[in-house]
Amino acid sequence: MSQLTPVLSAHWDEKDSFTIEGYKRHGGYNAAAKALAMDPDAVIQMVKDSGLRGRGGAGFPTGMKWGFIPQGDNKDHYLVVNADESEPGTCKDMPLLMANPHVLVEGVIIAAYAIRAKHAFIYIRGEVTHVVRRVNQAITDAYKAGYLGKNIFGTGNDLELVLHIGAGAYICGEETALLDSLEGFRGQPRLRPPFPAIAGLYARPTVVNNVESIASVPAIIANGAEWYQSMGTEKSKGATLYSLSGHVNNPGQFEAPLGITLRQILELAGGVRNGHKLKFWTPGGSSTPLFTDEHLDVPLDYEGVSAAGSMLGTKALQIFDETTCVVRAVLRWTEFYKHESCGKCTPCREGTWWLVQILRDLENGKGTEADLQKLLDLCDNIMGRSFCALGDGATSPITSSIKYFRDEYISHLTNGGCPFDAAKSTLFEEVLR
Amino acid sequence: MTTQESAPQITEVEMITVVIDGFEVTVPKGTLIIRAAEKLGIQIPRFCDHPLLSPVGACRQCLVDVEINGRAFPKPQASCTIPVEPNMIVKTQLTSPVAEKAQRGVMELLLGNHPLDCPVCDKGGECPLQNQAMSNGNAESRLDGTKRTFEKPINISSQVLLDRERCVLCARCTRFSEEIASDPFITLNHRGALQQVGIYENDPFNSYFSGNTIQICPVGALTGASYRFRARPFDLVSTPSACEHCASGCDMRTDVRRGKTLRRLAGDDAAVNEEWNCDKGRWAFKYVTAIDRLTQPLVRNADGELVAASWPEALAAAAAGLKGARAAVLVGGRATVEDAYGYSKFARIALSTNDIDFRARITSDEEGNFLASHVATSAVNYSDIDKADHALLLAFEPEEESPIVFLRLNKNVKKRNLKVTSIATKQSIAMDKLNAEFIRVAPGAEGAAVAAIALTAKSVILLGERASESAGLISAAVALADKTGAKLAWIPRRAGERGALDAGALGTLLPGGRPVADSAARVDIAAAWGVDSLPTNSGRSTSQIIASLAAGELDAVVVGGVDLRDMYNSVDAIAALKKSFVVSLEIAPSSVTEVADVVLPVAAITEKSGSFLNWEGRPRAFDSAVAESLNRSDVRILSALADAMGTSIMLGTVSATAREISQLGKWDGARVPFTPVAPVNPASPSGDQAIIASWRRLLDMGTLQRGEDNLAGTRRQTVAVISEKRAASLGVVTGDLLRVSNATGAITLPALVEDIHDDAVWLPRNSFGSQPLTDLNAVHGQLVTVVKA
Amino acid sequence: MTTTNQNLNIDVMNSIVARYPRKRSAIMPLLHYVQAISGYVTNDGIEKISEILEIETAEVSAVATFYTQYKRKPVGEYHIGVCTNTLCAIMGGDVIMEALKDHLGIENDGVTADGKVSLEHIECNAACDYAPVVMANWEFYDNQSVSSAKDLVDGARAGNPPAPTRGPSKLVTFKEASLVLAGLDDGLANEGTQAGEPTLLGLKLSKEGK
Repeated sequence: MSQLTPVLSAHWDEKDSFTIEGYKRHGGYNAAAKALAMDPDAVIQMVKDSGLRGRGGAGFPTGMKWGFIPQGDNKDHYLVVNADESEPGTCKDMPLLMANPHVLVEGVIIAAYAIRAKHAFIYIRGEVTHVVRRVNQAITDAYKAGYLGKNIFGTGNDLELVLHIGAGAYICGEETALLDSLEGFRGQPRLRPPFPAIAGLYARPTVVNNVESIASVPAIIANGAEWYQSMGTEKSKGATLYSLSGHVNNPGQFEAPLGITLRQILELAGGVRNGHKLKFWTPGGSSTPLFTDEHLDVPLDYEGVSAAGSMLGTKALQIFDETTCVVRAVLRWTEFYKHESCGKCTPCREGTWWLVQILRDLENGKGTEADLQKLLDLCDNIMGRSFCALGDGATSPITSSIKYFRDEYISHLTNGGCPFDAAKSTLFEEVLR
Repeated sequence: MTTQESAPQITEVEMITVVIDGFEVTVPKGTLIIRAAEKLGIQIPRFCDHPLLSPVGACRQCLVDVEINGRAFPKPQASCTIPVEPNMIVKTQLTSPVAEKAQRGVMELLLGNHPLDCPVCDKGGECPLQNQAMSNGNAESRLDGTKRTFEKPINISSQVLLDRERCVLCARCTRFSEEIASDPFITLNHRGALQQVGIYENDPFNSYFSGNTIQICPVGALTGASYRFRARPFDLVSTPSACEHCASGCDMRTDVRRGKTLRRLAGDDAAVNEEWNCDKGRWAFKYVTAIDRLTQPLVRNADGELVAASWPEALAAAAAGLKGARAAVLVGGRATVEDAYGYSKFARIALSTNDIDFRARITSDEEGNFLASHVATSAVNYSDIDKADHALLLAFEPEEESPIVFLRLNKNVKKRNLKVTSIATKQSIAMDKLNAEFIRVAPGAEGAAVAAIALTAKSVILLGERASESAGLISAAVALADKTGAKLAWIPRRAGERGALDAGALGTLLPGGRPVADSAARVDIAAAWGVDSLPTNSGRSTSQIIASLAAGELDAVVVGGVDLRDMYNSVDAIAALKKSFVVSLEIAPSSVTEVADVVLPVAAITEKSGSFLNWEGRPRAFDSAVAESLNRSDVRILSALADAMGTSIMLGTVSATAREISQLGKWDGARVPFTPVAPVNPASPSGDQAIIASWRRLLDMGTLQRGEDNLAGTRRQTVAVISEKRAASLGVVTGDLLRVSNATGAITLPALVEDIHDDAVWLPRNSFGSQPLTDLNAVHGQLVTVVKA
Repeated sequence: MTTTNQNLNIDVMNSIVARYPRKRSAIMPLLHYVQAISGYVTNDGIEKISEILEIETAEVSAVATFYTQYKRKPVGEYHIGVCTNTLCAIMGGDVIMEALKDHLGIENDGVTADGKVSLEHIECNAACDYAPVVMANWEFYDNQSVSSAKDLVDGARAGNPPAPTRGPSKLVTFKEASLVLAGLDDGLANEGTQAGEPTLLGLKLSKEGK
């Protein structure tokens, strides 16, 4: 039996997988029809029972999040889908939406019904023109089919779905920053409490879910909670998209039950690129502390990765082989955090400014070993001191890389510069020679 | 007292006890940790936190360790964002090494990109960053890379400068502008380490409240053009003061260096201005020295020329002219309570007359009656706005005419959705900000619209001084208040009017709201003043005094701080004074000086002590900020003049005067009865005619704003406002020139097409290029001709 | 406030506003729309948006300067973004970026003198399994090399750029792409592949029983 369980990706290889016809060919929108015939609370219960947890990084149980929305409060409720996918290494939602945007639309219909929302939004990052086209068309076609708008599926329920397109800001993946952005402000995180479930979009009860979380719902409704529960590990149920990238022979998307290991995935993908060996990797994007080849057998579920000192995150498995300078890699990520810091809080805004300078000096062989201590101490003053998780994330590559590769930092100093040949890390080394 | 006192609202506030650094403190529910700590005298360092702004938790300087019910937060928390809870234990930097390190870490990062230019920074010496870096930071920085730099400084308005590299991005300024002033003309721009405060390049930070951002800036990033590089804080002598510009009653602080006022700051009075003031109050103080001050007494000689005289000569000349004459007193609306009381007592004792009026503006008998019957000694106040269910604005543009009342309304609108209704001719910026219901009426038709407003006993009616310009409006307001029990407040523009009213500078009132017509009231005052009796007839109003001077029914007049051009027919008024014996008490030459027989120079506000009563009737006392001045307050000069006339009023000092006023107290007998006045129909325009409406803008050509060009640069644009319908019929669009004229004259201004009654045209009353009172002798309700210029 | 830009279509702008329960939410698509008409966020655009949304101009520029996709000065007809976030950079993005700067004679954030091409280093664009990635007007150019990236910019300057790897049959201009990002339909959704090879890898392997 295959170790892979394509559910979301099951029909991506069909040329018209992104069209409403292509989607309906395999039972698309039947789950929505089924859900709309259920009691909304029963839908929530089913998602709770399935064990589905947020696929955007934090892993919060999706059904429980829905259950936080106060009912009978006579307020508008909103559902917002976080399609801002920007965490370095993360590349699952965009191909999903390009290949099958309708599964998200169907998930939105079900989720909105469950939380009694008449208005839903998909907040998609702006740097993906063609994905935007696909999602926009899916929404238009769903309206035409009577799945969105007034009296959807003839059930008397109404649902408006608006595609909101971002404009380049990683921070908008943070749910409260996303809400501010959607309200027409600068995307900076909000003070919590109040939490979005109480006062989210327009200060109304709001659920914010990741694309993959919502897209997983139709299959759960169609196949039942037990089916979903049968996949995965004890506390991490179901299947998910693992995105393998970097120095591997065959990068790509692998939909597998939670708990699979990198070793298993690498085997499927034909291993680290020929002639090279694994040096370090991220389990779930750059904000999750680095792993090394010690961690090949860590179960890639929420608990397993956490127990090994990192986070499952977005399951963005970025693989770097021994040609890669970890200081250079970390410097570049740190430059990313500096570029994407929203500016609201001191530790993140100012901290990333200085972290970059110190790392740049180290990469260039300038500085002393004491600078490593300074780096770690600055990270200590940023981690847990920042307003949101962006600042925390900025410290992860630094602290984890110093933990595993302290000697490599030192070698930059003794070497008077980076001891690595950057050309060797590229995919076209031969051309450069 | 006849004002209705509502039962005090007793609401149980739940109290919570928490432990901070081992000490228990009990505070009301909802109190933030940082504030609870203050109650114990524990100062947690902070930058973005400000007690009057919503918490943001942005600077992270105030991190502390928190534990609730034995469960500790895994990481330090921003004490400025977390309200206390039962069973909470807080450890600040004093007892938690984690909090202490977190704070030092944040401080190091804040200082990392901050320039070390304290020696040339205006904030140096009074800088929260400097101070807290000393108390909670490291002496040495480990951050030795490249600092962030910006071009410096940039003008974000003619008055406010921004040095971006000094900014710690606490966002106090932008939050103030958005939350308090509703003027989000400055915002945070860009992001990350390049985030910076800024304006949109074509629209400067022309908020009436912009100066507050400088005051609350915790570093030297925002500075005022007028103060920049002028002084070090430790060279300044600070004096608590009160603002003389309007009746809002701001508490202030005046900073003087070697006898020269260098700046004024908003004082902290939670009941009145909280910690804010307006830009006029903050920056318009140079007039004291900018205008051509009178420095010595002047007496008109036989050739008709005003010549310098000694004080004894001048007082003798004044006494000679007044003694035995049929004389009256005109007091301007900017007199202090003590000075107004001096005029009041001087009129009654030295001149034996009740012919005194403080209203140097457009007034009506209806208003005079109302002030005596309802306003004197009344006590509607700011907290009534806080409690109101509905605020009705009549002939009142709060942002222009009493800015702190605007801020209080705005606070209540933002915090609890206070309903505001304005009966007016033209939509205004403030109405927009207050989300006010705008009841659009023709100028003159205000009164007729009042009765339809639904109010309750919890409502407040805020009546502006322009109510006197619309017959029947005040009567309608009184009737509505009587019917509904709503509180009725009168909010004049000038700082001295309410005090002058309560001091009896009105023909029908003696000090403390005592009716002249009430013999018991007269006996009261006569006894206190040690005189046998007081004049019994009701005194003349301002316009009646001028008419009587013109008609030869009065011979002489004592004029204190009045500009005749603030009234209709000022040409006639000047002529009337010209034929009379005039004693003028003034700080500078004015329209009265030209016709005065004796001119007595008096102290400007910063040179004297005294008090105002703000619109609430709340005393706003102040000391002289410039102690070295030789100029004297009006009351001391009047006392000397009375002595010269042989009829002493015994008011040798301001403090003695204040004591005498407080000993008199308020009248508790029957008030002057109020006789309602019926509204008149508004004028009916035809063809090119429109009915004129106007009000004074906060920043305009007012004398007290002279000498401050930086402030003048932030004035609102001078425009003539017409409706879309009128614009269409005239073929005019916004920006085209309009000519507004009548038999007296014409004013030509750019048009602004806006929400205004179709029958009306609006112009600012005293702005550059628009002074309809002098140029048209018309400001409200009269017909004018409006054509495309 | 006056607006002089005749090209901004108020009906279109109002239709964008109408998508949202509260009008201020429309600020981002409106800014994309301004770029669709003018090629960058002009002062006219800021002022018009402030007028339509009834907010201050400062509030509009605050938003416009926060997001990197909004440009306050003109970019090229073809705006090229080279991913230089860690993974792409290491696998060749840095080399591609340097090669393009050299080839075009412009720096990061620069525009060629003919106004055809602008260059920007970009952050992770969610296509890591196709690294190194280059975006042109935010269309995917997967698995790039120095030569393919040069072909892309040369084609763009000649008015004949190669088609995106996963995108429409023909590369649209920056303004045309901005219209899509304003949420308007350009009818090209059905063009191009539904998925590239890496996207399908897991599915393929599972069908092979792996």
